[in-house]
Amino acid sequence: MALKMVKGSIDRMFDKNLQDLVRGIRNHKEDEAKYISQCIDEIKQELKQDNIAVKANAVCKLTYLQMLGYDISWAAFNIIEVMSASKFTFKRIGYLAASQCFHEGTDVIMLTTNQIRKDLSSPNQYDTGVALTGLSCFVTPDLARDLANDIMTLMSHTKPYIRKKAVLIMYKVFLKYPESLRPAFPRLKEKLEDPDPGVQSAAVNVICELARRNPKNYLSLAPLFFKLMTSSTNNWVLIKIIKLFGALTPLEPRLGKKLIEPLTNLIHSTSAMSLLYECVNTVIPILKSPVLARNNTVFLYVEKLYFVFFPPTVKYLGLLAMSKILKTHPKSVQSHKDLILQCLDDKDESIRLRALDLLYGMVSKKNLMEIVKKLMIHVDKAEGTTYRDELLTKIIDICSQSNYQYITNFEWYISILVELTRLEGTRHGHLIAAQMLDVAIRVKAIRKFAVSQMAMLLDNAHLIASNTQRNGICEVLYAAAWICGEFSDHLEESNQTLEAMLRPKVTTLPGHIQAVYVQNMVKLYASILQQKEQAGEKEAAQEITQLMIDRLPQFVQSADLEVQERASCILQLIKYIQKLQIKEVPVAEEVIALFAGELNPVAPKAQKKVPVPEGLDLDAWINEPPSDSESEDEKPRTIFHDEEQRHSRHRQPEIDEEELARRREVRKQEQANNPFYIKSSPSPQKQYQDTPGVEHIPVVQIDLSVPLKVPGMPMSDQYVKLEEERRHKQKLEKDKKKKKQKKEKKGKHRRHNSLHTESDEDIAPAQHVDIITEEMPENALPSDEDDKDPNDPYKALDIDLDKPLADSEKLPVQRHRNAENLKSPDTEAPLVGKKSKKPKKKEKKHKEKEREKEKKKEREKKVTEEGKKVVCVLSATYDIQGNLQNDSQVTVSVIFENKSTSFLKSMELNVLDSLNAKMLRPEGSSVHDGIPVPFQLPPGISNEAQFVFTLQSIVMAQKLKGTLSFIVKNDNGSTHEKLDFKLHFSCASYLITTPCYSDAFAKLLESGDLHMSSIKVDGISISFQHLLAKICFYHHFSVVERVDSCASMYSRSIQGHHVCLLVKKGENSVSVDGKCNDSTLLSNLLDEMKETLSKC
Amino acid sequence: MQFMLLFSRQGKLRLQKWYVPLSDKEKKKITRELVQTVLARKPKMCSFLEWRDLKIVYKRYASLYFCCAIEDQDNELITLEIIHRYVELLDKYFGSVCELDIIFNFEKAYFILDEFLLGGEVQETSKKNVLKAIEQADLLQEVCVLATCTGGGRFSPSSTRGGSALCNLWSGACIAQRGISGAAPSPHPQFLLATSEGALELLCSSIAVAHPQNCSFV
Repeated sequence: MALKMVKGSIDRMFDKNLQDLVRGIRNHKEDEAKYISQCIDEIKQELKQDNIAVKANAVCKLTYLQMLGYDISWAAFNIIEVMSASKFTFKRIGYLAASQCFHEGTDVIMLTTNQIRKDLSSPNQYDTGVALTGLSCFVTPDLARDLANDIMTLMSHTKPYIRKKAVLIMYKVFLKYPESLRPAFPRLKEKLEDPDPGVQSAAVNVICELARRNPKNYLSLAPLFFKLMTSSTNNWVLIKIIKLFGALTPLEPRLGKKLIEPLTNLIHSTSAMSLLYECVNTVIPILKSPVLARNNTVFLYVEKLYFVFFPPTVKYLGLLAMSKILKTHPKSVQSHKDLILQCLDDKDESIRLRALDLLYGMVSKKNLMEIVKKLMIHVDKAEGTTYRDELLTKIIDICSQSNYQYITNFEWYISILVELTRLEGTRHGHLIAAQMLDVAIRVKAIRKFAVSQMAMLLDNAHLIASNTQRNGICEVLYAAAWICGEFSDHLEESNQTLEAMLRPKVTTLPGHIQAVYVQNMVKLYASILQQKEQAGEKEAAQEITQLMIDRLPQFVQSADLEVQERASCILQLIKYIQKLQIKEVPVAEEVIALFAGELNPVAPKAQKKVPVPEGLDLDAWINEPPSDSESEDEKPRTIFHDEEQRHSRHRQPEIDEEELARRREVRKQEQANNPFYIKSSPSPQKQYQDTPGVEHIPVVQIDLSVPLKVPGMPMSDQYVKLEEERRHKQKLEKDKKKKKQKKEKKGKHRRHNSLHTESDEDIAPAQHVDIITEEMPENALPSDEDDKDPNDPYKALDIDLDKPLADSEKLPVQRHRNAENLKSPDTEAPLVGKKSKKPKKKEKKHKEKEREKEKKKEREKKVTEEGKKVVCVLSATYDIQGNLQNDSQVTVSVIFENKSTSFLKSMELNVLDSLNAKMLRPEGSSVHDGIPVPFQLPPGISNEAQFVFTLQSIVMAQKLKGTLSFIVKNDNGSTHEKLDFKLHFSCASYLITTPCYSDAFAKLLESGDLHMSSIKVDGISISFQHLLAKICFYHHFSVVERVDSCASMYSRSIQGHHVCLLVKKGENSVSVDGKCNDSTLLSNLLDEMKETLSKC
Repeated sequence: MQFMLLFSRQGKLRLQKWYVPLSDKEKKKITRELVQTVLARKPKMCSFLEWRDLKIVYKRYASLYFCCAIEDQDNELITLEIIHRYVELLDKYFGSVCELDIIFNFEKAYFILDEFLLGGEVQETSKKNVLKAIEQADLLQEVCVLATCTGGGRFSPSSTRGGSALCNLWSGACIAQRGISGAAPSPHPQFLLATSEGALELLCSSIAVAHPQNCSFV
C-alpha cells in the first residue's frame, strides 16, 4: 500500500505543471504542434487518474491550450469533475476552465446544475464567488431557470462580496430567463440602497443595462436615481446613472429640465474625461426640447468638446459627439464643416468614416454640390476598396436622403452617378443602378437627359463589362438597358443604341442583365419601328427587323433559362413581324401596344399596408388539402413540382416550409441517382465559349491603369460651375423682383415633403422637376411598426415592473430543502392559507434498498424488449425532507439514474393526490397534470430533481401512487415508457433534527402535556452507540444526554410537535419510551422505529 | 462589454474572456480578425474602431494589446479606464507586471479579471477590494496546498509571483512549495505556518539537501 503510494507520487513528479508546459511550448518553436499533441496525450493520461490534484493540473494545462486555439471540448466532463472537487484550489481551476470553454451548445452543461447549486450555498464565500463568476460566463436558459431562485437568495447574503456578484449575475439570468425579472426586481431595487458601495454600484449597473433596452418600465425609479446621482461621488456609478437618465429623458421631458443643472455642474467640475463625455452625450438630446434650445450652453459644449477631444487618439469621440449634436443643432456643427472635411484625409479609417457620417447630416441645398465634389475627389484618391465603397454609398446616401431633398439639379446627379460607374472593383453597382432607375422613373423632367446618358453607357458597355469583378459595376447596365428601353421615345439615336445592345459581347454579362437587355431591345425595336413606319421608310424598318433576327439567336443559345426563354419568344414574334412586313402590313401600332402604359413606382411596404379584407382568412384552405399520397405521385414531374409547391405555400405557409425542405431533399437524392439529370451548370460564360458555331469575335481588352474618360460623357464638375452661375443670376433676378413686388413668392412647388431651411428657399431648382412619390394602396394603414426587429433579444425583457406580482410569476425553481424562504418578499406564497398537517413520502420501490444515509428506496424499471431481454432502464432513488419554513410542505428529492444505453427524455412525474397529500403543481395546471423533470438523461448519467408536496396532517404515515413517464430514445427510434411507483411518507420524514439542551428537555418533560407510549425490541446485538446513530440517522433525532446504556433524545416535527425519547439498552433488548404532543404521531413513530430496530 | 482579448505584438493571444456565449469556431474567427485589424493600425491612430456592429476599444501597454468589444451605446472612455484599471491591478499583484507574468500565471490573470469584472460589467470599483479578495482566495488556496502537501499528494501548480501581494510568511510557503514541486511532503506545516524567515531558511536548506535538483529558488 505504502509502496503503491510512493510509486504514484514518483510518477506524478514527472508530470508537467502549467509552467513546464508554457516553457516547453516556448522551447519548441519549430515543432509546436507536435509538442502540443504530445502534451495533449499526456494530459489524457493524467485525466484518467483518480487523483483530483492531477486532474486539476491537467485541466489547468488544457485551459492554456484552449487559449492557443486547441479544441478541448472533449474534456468537458473532466472539467466538471474538477469543478466538483471539494478543495478550493481545484474548484477554482475547474470553474475557470468551464467559463473559458463552455457555451450554450455544450451538452454536459446541464450536469452542472446541482454542483453549482451546492457551491452557491457553500459556507465559504470564495466557493460561492467562484461559482457565480463561472456561471456568468456560461449561463444557459436552463441553468438560469433552475438557479434563478438560488441566486436571488444570494442577493441578500450577509457578505457584500457575494451580494454584489449575485446582483450582477442576475442581469445575465434575466436575459436568459426573462420570467425571473418580475419576481426578482423588488429585491434588486432594494440593493440600490445597499450599505456597501460595491453592491450599490452593481445594482445600478444592472438596472441601467435593463433600462437602456426598455426605458419606459423604469421611469418610476427616476427620483431614486436622481438622489443617487446627486449624492454619489463614484465616477463609475455616476456614468451608469447618467447613461440611464439618457435613456429615460426622451420619455419624460420634465426630467430633462431637472437634469440640466446637475449635469452642467458636473461638466464644469469633473476632471474625468469619461464622465464629461457621458454628460455631454446625455445633455445634447435634452437640449432638443424647445424651451432649452435657445440656451447657448450647447455652443459651449461644442466648443468644449472640440478642444477637449482634439488629441488625435480621441478625435474620433469628438466627431461622434458632434454627430449627436448635429441631430438637434445642425447649425452649430455646420460651422465646423472645413474641419470635418479635413478629417476625411485622416490616416485612420474609423475617423474618416465618422467624418462621413457627419457630412451626411450637414448637407443642405447650398453646399451639397460642393461637398459631393470633395467626396468625389476622395473617391479618386482612395486606396482600398472598402473605404472607397463606403464613400460611394455615402455619396449616394447624402444625395438621396429624404426623398432627394437637397438636390437642385438632377442632371448633375445623373452625371455624378455616371461618373461613379467608372470606379473599378466596387461592390455597389446595384446601388448605383437602383438610384438611376429611381431617379429616371420618378423625375419625369430628367428622363430625356437620363436616357441620353444611359445610351452612352450602353455604347461604352465594353469599358464597364471588361471589369474583372463581374458582379460589380456591370449592374448599372441593367439600369441603363431598362431606362433606354422603357423611355425609348426620348432616345435620339435609337438605332445606334439598339446595335449596342445586340453586340455579341453582351452575352458575357450575367444572366439577369442579359434578360433585361433582351426585353428592352424589343421595346426599343418597337419604337424604332413606329418611327420608321410613320416616316414611311419601309426599307429601314425591314432592315432593323432583319438585324434583330440576325442577332437574337446568340441569346437563344444562352445558358440562362430566363434569357433563353425571352429570346426565343421574341425571336418568334419578330419573325412573324417580318412576315407581315413583307406583306407590307403596317405592324408598328400593334407592336408598340405590347408595351403600352406607364409603370408607376410602388412603395416597398405597399403590400404590407393593405389591410386584410374582412372575412378573409388567409390560413384557411381554399380547396380540400391534397392527400399525401397524391403529392407522392406528383414527384417525378420535377419541373412543375416547384411551381405547385409555391402555390400551396401561399395557402399554408407553416407546414409547407418544412415540407418543402423535405421534398427538396428527396428530389436532390433522386436527381443524384438519375444519370440523365445534368447537375448544376457551369458558368454561362464558359458554356458560351464551349458552344461551337456561335459568332464570337475576340475583343482585345485594353488594360488601362487610369480609368478612361468615356467620350462625350458630361463631367459633373461643369454642372457645379453652371449651377453657380445660374444661382447667381437667379439671385440677381430675384433681387430685382423683390424690389418690384415683395409679396410674390417663388420656390418650392416641386417637392412633396421637403423641409427647407431659410437659406435653401432662395435656390430654385434648375429644372422644374416633379418627383413622383411612391404609390401606396388607397386604403393603406398608417403604421410605423414595421421597423421593429422581432428578434431583439432584449425585447423579452420589456416587462412592466410596477404591476403587482401574480402568484403564477413566482420563480418555478425546483425547491430544495430550504428553498421556500428564497422567494422574494413581494411574492405572495400561494400556500400560506392552507394549513396542513402531514408530510408525505414518495416511494419508488421494487427492490428496496436501505442506504446508509437515509431511507431511500430504489426501483429499477425493467422493460422487456423484443428479444425478451430484460433491460434495466431507469432507477430512481428518493429522499424526503421536511420543510422548516413551511409547516405543511415536504420536499422529495429524486435522483434519477439512466442505466440503459439510450437517451431518456421528456420525463414527467405524476402522483395521484390523496385528500391529505397533494403534489404542488405549477399554477394553472390541473391535478391530473404531471410535472416535467427539468432535464434529460444521457446514458449512464444521474441527476436530481425535487418535487414539493403539501400535507394536511402529519400524524400518520402515508403512501402515494405515482407514475413516471419518459421517452427512451436510441438508434432504433424512440419509445414511450412508464414506471409506476409508490411514495412512502413515513412519520419520521416529518421530523426535523433539532438540537435540544438538557435543561430545556427536562422542562418539556415536566410540563406534563405530552402523551406517552413505549415499545420494546428484543434480540438487539449491535452496540448502543451504533443503535443511537441509527435512530438519529433514520428517524431524525438528536441525542440530548447519554449516560451509560441510557440516552434521552429529542426531535421536532415540521408542525412543531415535540418528540422526546428515552432509550434504554438491556442485555439483548432495547426499550424506548416516548413522549409527544400527539399520541397518534407518537405511536406511528414508535412503530416505525420498532421496524428499524428489529432489523438490527 | 462583450469580450476582452489580450494579445502580443506578434499576434499571440495571451488572454481571452468572453461575456457572450459563442462557439469556439466563432471565437477563433473573431479573434483572428480583430488581432489582424488592431495590429495593422499605426500607433498614432485613435484607440477606437467600429467593427461589425460593435465598437472596439484597445490600448497598448508595452508589448501587450488590451482589446475590448463594447456595444454601440457604451462609453468608450470608461472602457479605456477599465483597461487601465485592469493593468494597474495586474501591476499591483505581480509587482510591475510584464508579459511573461501573464503567460506563466495566466490563471491568476483570469482570477484578477474575474474579481474586477463580472459578466462584462464592472463588479468592484475599488482597487483595494479587488486585491483583497484575490489575496484571500489565494490564501485559501495556499492552505489547501499545504494540506495536500502534508498528505504526500502533489499540489497543483500555484503562483509564486503572487507572493508579493501576500505577507512574507505566505510567500515563504510558496517558495517552499516551488522547491518541493514533487512528492516530498513538507516536514512540519504547522511549524512553517507559525514561523517566519528564519525557519524558512532552515526548511529551504533541508529541502535543498533532499532534492538538490529542485532547488532553483535559492
